[in-house]
Amino acid sequence: MNRHLLSINDLSPQDALGILNTASELSKISDGPMKKLPTLRGRTVVNLFFEDSTRTRISFESAAKRLSADVINFSAKGSSVSKGESLKDTAQTLQAMGADAVVIRHGASGAAQRLADSGWISASVINAGDGTHEHPTQALLDAYTIRSKFPQYQDSFAGLKVGIVGDILHSRVARSNVLLLTKLGAKVSLVAPPTLIPVGVTDWNVEVSYDLDEVVKKVDVLMMLRVQSERMKDSFFPSEREYSRGYGLDLARLNALQEHAIVMHPGPMNRGLEISAESADSHRSVVLAQVANGVLVRMAVLYQLLGGAALTGEVSA
Amino acid sequence: MATVLDAGEIGRALKRIAHEIIEHNHGLENVVLLGIPTRGAFLSERIGKFLSEIQSPVPVGTLDITLHRDDLRLRPPRPLLPTLIPIGGIEGKDVVLVDDVLYSGRTIRAALDALGEIGRPKTVQLAVLVDRGHRELPIRADYVGKNIPTSASESVRVHLTEIDSEDSVEILGGDSK
Repeated sequence: MNRHLLSINDLSPQDALGILNTASELSKISDGPMKKLPTLRGRTVVNLFFEDSTRTRISFESAAKRLSADVINFSAKGSSVSKGESLKDTAQTLQAMGADAVVIRHGASGAAQRLADSGWISASVINAGDGTHEHPTQALLDAYTIRSKFPQYQDSFAGLKVGIVGDILHSRVARSNVLLLTKLGAKVSLVAPPTLIPVGVTDWNVEVSYDLDEVVKKVDVLMMLRVQSERMKDSFFPSEREYSRGYGLDLARLNALQEHAIVMHPGPMNRGLEISAESADSHRSVVLAQVANGVLVRMAVLYQLLGGAALTGEVSA
Repeated sequence: MATVLDAGEIGRALKRIAHEIIEHNHGLENVVLLGIPTRGAFLSERIGKFLSEIQSPVPVGTLDITLHRDDLRLRPPRPLLPTLIPIGGIEGKDVVLVDDVLYSGRTIRAALDALGEIGRPKTVQLAVLVDRGHRELPIRADYVGKNIPTSASESVRVHLTEIDSEDSVEILGGDSK
């Protein structure tokens, strides 16, 4: 495995399964009274967040602390941080403080890659969301959640049908999930209004549909995405009401799902827009399991990146 | 390369360890076996089988110590192995840790730390198939299959049919004589 985790493309299927297996073992250890593990004692993990986040930052912080790492939270909110020089200054500060890993979220696509390739720091870089590009740990925790709900898909997702619905264009979660799910063998259908489907989607090895009612009938996993109003500089659909009618998960569509199907959402949810309250709170919804699994998966990632010596060796699954 | 224990000797050693565990603990009411993966886990199952043949079954589990190792930073990250604490836990029990080779003692130190995360046993005992000496910590085994004096340049290989082709213990390498 790589020294950094910037994109799902950094991982082979074996690397990804290795992380999921590590997370499974960690979940068994943390059953019952969870105590700290001494594994990363003396290591420093910096959360470098240039964008708002609740669950990702808390999740990384909690994961690092459970492994006894020291955590420094750096929030760029409110400062006039722009890409380039400022990122460099920040990075060099972190280097001087002796960070072993930097968890970065940034509004610019490619920011994590820039930090990793720059030579400004020697720490491992973990991408916690860069613009509309990728959010690899979210995809990993989603895969972990799917695996825990469907015991038949432990080493491969071949045969699993996943529908990803909503604002694909702006969604780094969708991008990382498509990469990981297809890498593991799942069949992915994207559902969105034509305006919210990215141009390059033909290269993605997925099916595209504009009809949610058709897709809900056949999927095992329905992944709803947040409508990212903050990234929408044009109008991509006529009104929220119309979006909700065409692409929201309402009660009728919830009931049209197969008996075993689950509903996922990376959060935060716009209740009433892409997902109705009764869908979000139904027994099919695994939204809270996703949050809980996030800590385990991020512990596994930190362990694999920082838990050993010079990160040149292969990680066997 | 020299074979120091063959299949029959390994079997007899484990059976003797089983008898010693019963003798030492005055019965098996409170005994729990915890094997350290990979090979210690198989050995603990075998000892557990002997115990149930001789007297009565005992809970058998596994304890992965990877996250507690003190040499993590000296090697590439390694995959975690299963930890399986038997129903009933270890609180107040006489826990017998089982491993294949006792060498520096660092694995057992890590195991003691890992145990401490799970509960507070009444006693912790140690059973090993081979004690090869060269301790780096004040740790000793309560039950030893065979003491094998070695030099530090040699390595001891334990093969078990569960994952290897045969049951045997070999000494490899070392200074040529």
